[in-house]
Amino acid sequence: MDLERFLILSAVIFCIGLYGTMARRNLITILMSLELMFTAVTLAAVAMSRYVVSKQVLADTADTSEAALQTLLTGQVFALFIIVVAAAEIALGLGIVIAFYRSRETVDMSQANIMSR
Amino acid sequence: MLFQDFIFWALAVGGVAAALGVVLLRDIFRAALLLIVVFLTIAGHFFLLAAEFVGVVQVLIYAGAISILVIFAIMLTQNVQQGNLPNRLQIPAVLLPALLLSALILVFVDTDWRLTEALPNAVGVDIVNLAFENTTFTLSKLLLENYALAFGAAGALLLASIIGALSLVRDR
Repeated sequence: MDLERFLILSAVIFCIGLYGTMARRNLITILMSLELMFTAVTLAAVAMSRYVVSKQVLADTADTSEAALQTLLTGQVFALFIIVVAAAEIALGLGIVIAFYRSRETVDMSQANIMSR
Repeated sequence: MLFQDFIFWALAVGGVAAALGVVLLRDIFRAALLLIVVFLTIAGHFFLLAAEFVGVVQVLIYAGAISILVIFAIMLTQNVQQGNLPNRLQIPAVLLPALLLSALILVFVDTDWRLTEALPNAVGVDIVNLAFENTTFTLSKLLLENYALAFGAAGALLLASIIGALSLVRDR
């Protein structure tokens, strides 16, 4: 259950974030829920890198070379890139929120309806 | 092992409770503060998973930079009072994540993972211990050699997003 409990925790947090993006009207809450989903995926990637062995390492366990060590850490590299993308996303997202607030005087998603007429 | 289990459950329960608070609280300022709690518990999980570099980056970028940006945006948009209202999609918004969660849990429990514990001999244990002894060193080699192109692209992405955010919010 070592790997599974981390994956289940990450799935729970991801689904809470999904609920938040779908059910809330405040743009900032939606962005925060997106961040929850990003961190949940990061947790899954790091847990995978800790507990799951790739075929390559499994085939030759006597191989303690650098390449084998690096294969085991690929999940953490993925986590780092997800963090970078999340930072870029939140900067742009908050820029959009502030631009929206300037034109509509609100951060309510239900007011973003200019194309629904 | 027992101590690690205790830490895991404490962090997990705290993290899920705080995550529920982020999406359910009316007061978005408190929700933003609870978001910091979620990020810190996730950083704790990273330390449990022997990923100390990713854990420190998580504290720096998520709990530090991103939460401050979110709080900044809450202050700038100034309708904290109006709060965090639900929309009209309540039933599908509960159903879809619940379905997804049950499907994911089913898959996670059912899959036959190639676990590190299943490695055939002592050498296998050695290589795992070696890999997670000094992750920062190995990660730096990975980032600057194997993933150098992605590393550069991440820099370009950050620059583009900074310029994009600036052009979105500047006064015309």
